[in-house]
Amino acid sequence: MSAVQTPSPAQDDTRRRSPLAEVLFSLMRSRTFLVGLFIVLFWVACALFGEHFAPYDPLADDIINALAPPSREHWFGTDQIGRDVFSRVIVGSRDILTVAPLATLLATVAGTALGLLTGYFRGIVDDVVSRILEAFMAIPVVIVALLAIVALGTSKATVIVVIGLSFAPIIARTVRSAVLAERELDYVAAAQLRHESAFHTMFVEILPNVIPPILVETTVRLGYAIFAVATLSFMGFGIQPPSPDWGLSISSNYGMIGGGFWWTVLFDALAIASLVIGVNLAADGVHGALND
Amino acid sequence: MTNSAPTKPAKAENALELSDLSVAYRVAGRNRAVLRNLNLNIRQGEAYGLVGESGCGKSTVALTVVRYLPRNGSITGGAISLDGQDVMKLDGEALRRARAESVSMVYQDPGKALNPSIRIGRQLTEIFELGGITGQAASDRAIAMLNRVRISDPPSVMQRYPHQLSGGMQQRVAIAMALANDPSMLILDEPTTGLDATVEAEVLDLIAQLRQELSASILFISHNLAVVSNMCDRVGVLYAGMLVEEGPTDVVFNDPRHPYTVALLRCLPRGGQRKDQGRLDTIPGFLPGIGMDIKGCAFADRCALADDRCRTELPPLYDLSDERGKRLSRCHYHDKAQALPRATPSDVAAAPKPAAAPVLRVAGLNKTYASHGHPLRAVKDVSLDLSPGETLGLVGESGSGKTTFARLLLGLVPPDAGGTIELEGKALAPKLENRGDDQVKAMQIVFQNPDSALNRSHSIRHILGRALKRLAGLSGKALEARLDDLVRSVRLTDRHLAVKPRQLSGGLKQRVAIARAFAGDPRIVVCDEPTSALDVSVQAAILNLLADLQSKEDVSYIFISHDLGVVRYLSDKIAVLYLGRIMELGPSEEVFSGPHHPYTEALLSAVPKLDQTETARIRLDGEIPSATNPPTGCVFHTRCPRKIGPICEQQEPPLAEAQPGHSIRCHIPYPELARLQKAAVTEPA
Repeated sequence: MSAVQTPSPAQDDTRRRSPLAEVLFSLMRSRTFLVGLFIVLFWVACALFGEHFAPYDPLADDIINALAPPSREHWFGTDQIGRDVFSRVIVGSRDILTVAPLATLLATVAGTALGLLTGYFRGIVDDVVSRILEAFMAIPVVIVALLAIVALGTSKATVIVVIGLSFAPIIARTVRSAVLAERELDYVAAAQLRHESAFHTMFVEILPNVIPPILVETTVRLGYAIFAVATLSFMGFGIQPPSPDWGLSISSNYGMIGGGFWWTVLFDALAIASLVIGVNLAADGVHGALND
Repeated sequence: MTNSAPTKPAKAENALELSDLSVAYRVAGRNRAVLRNLNLNIRQGEAYGLVGESGCGKSTVALTVVRYLPRNGSITGGAISLDGQDVMKLDGEALRRARAESVSMVYQDPGKALNPSIRIGRQLTEIFELGGITGQAASDRAIAMLNRVRISDPPSVMQRYPHQLSGGMQQRVAIAMALANDPSMLILDEPTTGLDATVEAEVLDLIAQLRQELSASILFISHNLAVVSNMCDRVGVLYAGMLVEEGPTDVVFNDPRHPYTVALLRCLPRGGQRKDQGRLDTIPGFLPGIGMDIKGCAFADRCALADDRCRTELPPLYDLSDERGKRLSRCHYHDKAQALPRATPSDVAAAPKPAAAPVLRVAGLNKTYASHGHPLRAVKDVSLDLSPGETLGLVGESGSGKTTFARLLLGLVPPDAGGTIELEGKALAPKLENRGDDQVKAMQIVFQNPDSALNRSHSIRHILGRALKRLAGLSGKALEARLDDLVRSVRLTDRHLAVKPRQLSGGLKQRVAIARAFAGDPRIVVCDEPTSALDVSVQAAILNLLADLQSKEDVSYIFISHDLGVVRYLSDKIAVLYLGRIMELGPSEEVFSGPHHPYTEALLSAVPKLDQTETARIRLDGEIPSATNPPTGCVFHTRCPRKIGPICEQQEPPLAEAQPGHSIRCHIPYPELARLQKAAVTEPA
C-alpha cells in the first residue's frame, strides 16, 4: 500500500516564485518605487564619488569670488568665502547618508527587539515597557539631543544614538502589534509544545513573519531620520564646519537670504527635500509591494 | 451534446441558461481557462445543485451569472440567459436592474455579507427604498420578510447590529435580504458551510420551506454532497470547469455514471463505516491547475479506467436519459464507471487490542475564564479515561468546550486547581512549562488549519527537522535518517522537503502537520478538526493515514470534529459535550446507534445524510446558551425536545452509567429513552 499515492508539490504549470522574488518583481513594476530609488541612488553616488565629479574642491575658498550668483562657472553660485555651492551640495550628501541610515538601523534593531519582547510576553512586561516607551516618545528629539550632547559631546556617533533611540519606540510599537497577531497562530503553540525557549520562538519562529511590516516602517523612518539629521546639524549639533553639510550650510547662510543671496540656501534645502521625497517614494513602493 | 433550444418565449422555459460558457482568469499575463464550454439549464422553480472539489469553478459560475467576476476574470465565450434575457448584452444600468430585481445571491459567510455598522432594519428597508417603497411601508415589508425567514420578534431584530446576532440568524437575515425583491433566481453559494450542524439543519429546513412558498429557481453550490442531495432536484458535477455528469439528484448519487462522481461518493465514510472495517477510498492525484491544456478527458490522469482514448479524445456529454429522467455523463465508458477499481485497498490488518492500563486519565477537570467579571465555565467537571491505541471522539456544537478541553490536556491553557490529568500513571503539571520533556513529546496536536499551524517562513525540512531535534532528541545523520522515515510514513517525498508550506496544497500541508506531531513518538495525538478545511477526497486520504498510523504506532487519538460521519469512522469512544459538560460518554457504536442522550439524538438528526431514509427530524430551537449564565438544572433543558418536567429545570442530572461503559447525563431513565427513541424512528414510516 506504499505505492498508492505520492502527491507532488503544487504542480500547476506556472512555477510559483519565492515570496522574496515576488516582492522584487512587483517592486520593479512600481513606478513610485523606481522614481524614489533613482533619486536615492543619485545621492548615494554623490556621497560615494562626489569629489570626482564635483567641479571644485568643496573646501577651497576664493574670497574674490565670494557670494557670486549662479553663473556658467559656478552653477549654484558661491558662498560668503567663495566656496562653490554646487560642489558643496554634491559632497554634502556624504554625512547625512551615513548618519541617517545608521540611526535608522539602530532604531530598527532596538525597536524590533523591544517589539518582540512586549508582543510575545504581553502582560506585565508589555505594560511596563510600553509605558516607558510612550513616555520616551513624548519628549521631543531636540531636547533629547541637547541633553545627550551636553553629556557626550558633539559627534556623529551622538547624533546616531540620539536619533536611533528616539525612533526605536515607534518601530517597537509597529512590531509589537504585528507580533501580537502572529502570536495567536498555532505554530507558536506548536513551538511551545516542543518546549522551545522564548528566545527561539521570538527570533526564529516569529521574527521572519513580521519582517514585512518592519521593512515598511524602516523605510518610512529613514525619511524622517534624514530630516532629523538635517535639523540637528542646522541647529549645530552634529557635523561640524568646515565639512560640507546641507543642514549646516543652511544654518550658516540663512541670515543672508535677506541680502538677496538666496542661492547659498536654496540648493541645500532642495537637496534635503529631494532626498526625503526619494526615500518616501521608495517607502511607498515597498509598502505597496508588501501589501498586495 | 445538449441541444440549445432557441429562446424567446414570453416567460422563458428556463430560469437560467448557460450555453457554451467559457471564463478565464488572467494570471501573470496569460488567460487561464476556468470554465470550459459549460452548458447548464435551470428550469423555472427548480433547485439545481452544483458540486465538485474546491478549484473546479463552482463559485465562478455563480459570479459569472451576474457578471460579477473579479477584475482579472473575463467571459471568453458563450452566452448567459437569465429568464430569457441575454445577460451579456446588458449595459451598466440594465445590468444593475437585473441584479437588483431578478437575481439574488447568498454567500458563505453572512458575517461578511452584512454591513457591521448598520442596523439590520436599515439594511433591509434600503432594499425596498431602491424599489420606491419608503417609510412605514418599507419597514412593514422588512418585518414581513423577517417573519418569512422564521425570525422570532422581528421588530427587536430590526434594531440590532449584525454582530449581535448568531451565525444562523445572520444567515437568515441574508436570505431575507436575498428574497426581498422576490427574485426569479436565487444563487446560494455554500450557504451553510460555516455553520454548526444543528444550525445548518435549521437553515436548510428554512430554504426547503421557502421553496414551497416561492417561485424562485435555485442554484445551490456546495462541496457537501449530502446537503445537495437533500436540497436539490437535479445536480451537476463540475470538474476542472467542465460539467462531467448531470441528472436527477437521487439518480446521480445512487447510480453515478462518471468515474469522478463514483470516486467522490466513495471518499465519504457512509452508513456508519468504521476504521476497522476498511479504509476509505481516495482519488489519487490532483485537480488540473487552472488554465491547463486538457486534451482528452480532464479526469483521465486520476482515473483507473482511463485508456488512450480517454487521454486523447475529449468525451462528449453522452445522453443517458431513461425513465428516471434526463441525464448526461462525460465519460467514454459511462456504462463501466461504477466498476472503477479502488485507488486505496480497503483491507486493514485488524489488530485486536489487548486490554491495557489507560494511557490518559482525566478526573474532575475544570476551566473557568473571567468574562467581564463573570465566571465563564468553559469546561466543567470532566472525567474520562483513554486506553492505548484508542480514539476518543469529542463532539458538540461550537462553544461546547471541545477545543478548550484539548488545550487543557496539552497544557496550552492551565486548568482550574483541583482536577488531575494523569499520563501513563504520572500526574501532569497544569502548565506546559512545568511538564517534563518526555511528557511534552508524549502529547502532541494536529491543528485544524495548517496555514496557521506551519510556520510560513520555514521550509518543510526545517519544520520537521526541528521537531525531530526537540522531540526525538536527534541530530546529524540519525536525524536525516529518521526524517526520511517520517516523511515516507505520511506519504510525502524528498521533493516536498525543500519547499515552504505555501507551495503545498491543503492536504499535503496537513500531512506535514501530522508528521510533525508524530516526530517524537507520541502516546496521544489531539486532532482538532484536522480535515474540516479539506475536500472530501483529501479528507479520505488523511483519515486513512491517521488510521494507518494508529494501528502501526499504537497511538491514542483525541479526535475533535463537527462531522459526525468522520468521528464515527475513526473513534472507539465518544464524548458528547454541551456547555463544557459531558452529556454522554460511551463506546462509539453505542452512542451512535442509541439509545442516546436527547442532545446526541438531536445532533445526529441534524446531519444531512446522503442515503436519506426520511426519519423523524429533531430540531433544536435557538442557540447554545451563554456559558456565563448557563441554564439551571440540566443545562440542556432549554432546548431539549424530550424535557420531562420541572425536575429538568431544578436538578442537574448526574452522568449515570446506563450500561457498562456507557454513561448518560439525563433524568429520563435509560429504558425509557430506549422506548421513546425507538418510537420516534418507527413513527413516520
